[in-house]
Amino acid sequence: MPFSLTADRERELETTLLRYPTKMAACIAALHLCQDQQGWVDDEAMLYVANRLDLPPAHVKGVVTFYTLFNQKPVGKHQVWVCRTLPCALRGSESILKRCEERLGIHAGETSADGMVTLRTAECLASCGTAPMMQVDKDYFENLSIEKVDEILDRLRKS
Amino acid sequence: MIRRCDHLTKLYGDDKGWTLAAYDRMQAEVPGATAGQGYAAARKALAMAQPALVDEAKKGNIRGRGGAGFPMGVKWSFMKPHPTKPAYLVVNADEGEPGTHKDRTIMERNPHSVIEGCIIGCYGIGAHTAYIYVRDELHLSKARLNLAIDEARAKGYLGKTPFGKDYPIDVHVHTGAGAYICGEETSLLNSLEGKRGEPRLKPPFPAQFGAFGCPTTVNNLETIAIVPTMILMGGEAFSKQSALHHLNDGGCRLFGINGHVNTPGIHELAVGVTLRELIYDIGGGVLGGKNLLAVIPGGSSTPILRPEELVNAPDEKAPLHAWHGKSVIDVPLGVDTMRGCGTMLGTCCATVLAEGTDPVMAMQNLMHFYHHESCGQCTPCREGSAWLDRVVEKILDGKASMAELDELHGIANNIMGNTICAFGEGTAMPALALLRKFRKEFEAYVRGDKKRADAKLTVD
Repeated sequence: MPFSLTADRERELETTLLRYPTKMAACIAALHLCQDQQGWVDDEAMLYVANRLDLPPAHVKGVVTFYTLFNQKPVGKHQVWVCRTLPCALRGSESILKRCEERLGIHAGETSADGMVTLRTAECLASCGTAPMMQVDKDYFENLSIEKVDEILDRLRKS
Repeated sequence: MIRRCDHLTKLYGDDKGWTLAAYDRMQAEVPGATAGQGYAAARKALAMAQPALVDEAKKGNIRGRGGAGFPMGVKWSFMKPHPTKPAYLVVNADEGEPGTHKDRTIMERNPHSVIEGCIIGCYGIGAHTAYIYVRDELHLSKARLNLAIDEARAKGYLGKTPFGKDYPIDVHVHTGAGAYICGEETSLLNSLEGKRGEPRLKPPFPAQFGAFGCPTTVNNLETIAIVPTMILMGGEAFSKQSALHHLNDGGCRLFGINGHVNTPGIHELAVGVTLRELIYDIGGGVLGGKNLLAVIPGGSSTPILRPEELVNAPDEKAPLHAWHGKSVIDVPLGVDTMRGCGTMLGTCCATVLAEGTDPVMAMQNLMHFYHHESCGQCTPCREGSAWLDRVVEKILDGKASMAELDELHGIANNIMGNTICAFGEGTAMPALALLRKFRKEFEAYVRGDKKRADAKLTVD
C-alpha cells in the first residue's frame, strides 16, 4: 500500500521546508518523520519522500543506506543502544551490554521475541564523562550500574 | 596552571539554566552589561561596524574548539560578500568524537549562549541565516535549543529587526541521522543539503562554496557559544585569561576528563592547564590510586601520550624550550604546544588509561570504531580502517604473525594523506602512536605470552 504521512507530520514537514532554500535539504527530516510513524523506512516510504521532495528515488535510498539511524527493516517497540566506544569501555560498558543481552535473551543487533525491545551497540554518544551509558528511545541513562540496567529494562518491558 | 573560569558553566548548576530569564540574570552580573536588557553581547556586537567586530574576534584569539584549532576570527575574515548569493553560518554540534562530551552540556544547560553567539556570528560574517547541525541522538539538546530559539524569537532578538537594527537574522536546528563523519565540515554541509554525508574535495573551501553553494562559515558549537563572553569582556581581555596568550591561544575553554579518573566531568578553565593538573587535580586522580598508563589528550583521533615521554626542545628558540626535559603531561594544553609534543589538542577532553589497561584492546576498540564510521568514499580509508580492525582482532586472538604486526604500520601509513578528508589521518595517527608506544604489549600477544582472556579495559 502506498505510504503517506499523517496530517500532523505532514504539517511538520511543511514547516521544516520553510527553513531551507531547497526541498532536498528536508530529506533527512522527512525520513525521520516516516520512521517516527512506522518504526522503519521501507521502499514505500522512500518513494513517498522522493515524490514529495521532487528527488530521484535513488537519491533517497542513498541517504537511507548512508545513515546508521534509519532502520531498513522492522525493529522492536523500544530501541536500546549501549555505547561500546573506548571511554565507556574503560568504565565497564562490556558488562552493561552483557547484562542487557542476558536479561533480554538476545544478542546485540536482535529484537526480543515479544517484539518489545531491539538491542544494539552504539558508537560514542557524547556522554564520556558520565560513562557507562545507554540510550533508550529518546532518553539518555548515564553512570550506569548493573542494578540501574535491571531497573530500566524492567520498566521498559512493562510499558 | 589551573585558573577556573565560570562563563558557560555558570548556569550548569541551575535547574532552569536553559531559560532566557536565567541567562539574562547571569549576563546582568557581567561588568559593563546593562541589567535587564537581555542578550547584552549581541546588542553590543550589532552596534559595532562589521569589520570592527571581526577585528575584535581576531583579538579574542579563539582557536576553533572542534579539534583543528583554526583561529575563529581569521576564519570569519575569509567571508567576502557575494554579489548574488547569500551567506550562511553553520554551527557544528555533531559531537561524536570518542572522549568528547562538552558541546552536549552547553546545548542542554546553556543554550542561549549558542543562540546569542549565532546572532553575533551571523552579523560578523555577513549572514542572515544560521543552521545548528545537531546529531539526532541528542534529543534533549535539540529540544532545549528549539525552546531557546522560540524565546529569542518571541523577544524579537531573532527576526526582521533584532535590537532595532535592520539586519534580519534567523537560526534553525538541523538534525543528522547518526554518522560520525558528518562532524567533518564539508560532509556536514552535504548532510545539511539532504545528501549522503560524504566529504567534499577542497578547494573550493566553504568560505567560497559552502552550504547550498553559497559562502559559508562552519564553526564548532563551543566556539560560537563562547563568542558572547568574548564580546562582553573585549577580545584582548578575554584572550589574556589564557597562559598561552603569547601563542595566540586565548581565553578559556571547556576541558573534559573521562576514563579512569575518580571524578570525570566538564570544567571551564583558562587555557594553560596541564594534563597532570587535569588528571590529578580536576579529575581527582587515577581510579584505585593506580599509576597512569597513558592519556589521549583530546578525542580518540589525537595520538596517545605516555607520562614517561619527555619534551625534547634543546633549542632556546623552540616554543617548548621552557619545558625541555619535562614530561609531556606537564606541558600546558594548547593547540601549538600539543603539536610540539607530537599529538594534537583536539577537543580538549582527555581520556585516561590506568596501569593494567590493555593497550591492544584499546586499539581494537578504536579501530572497530573507525571501521564502522568510515564513510567509504575513499578506498585507502574504507579498506584500510577495516584492515586495521581485522589485523588487531587477529593479534588479540593470538593468530597473527610478527610480519602482520609490522604490516599495520604500512596500512596506516598508506591511509595518511591519501584521503579526501582528515578522517584518514584521524584513524592512522592514533593507530601509529599506539603501535609505536606499546610495541612490547603487541608483541606479547604475537608470541603467545598474553591471552585475550586475561586482558581487560576496566580497573577493578
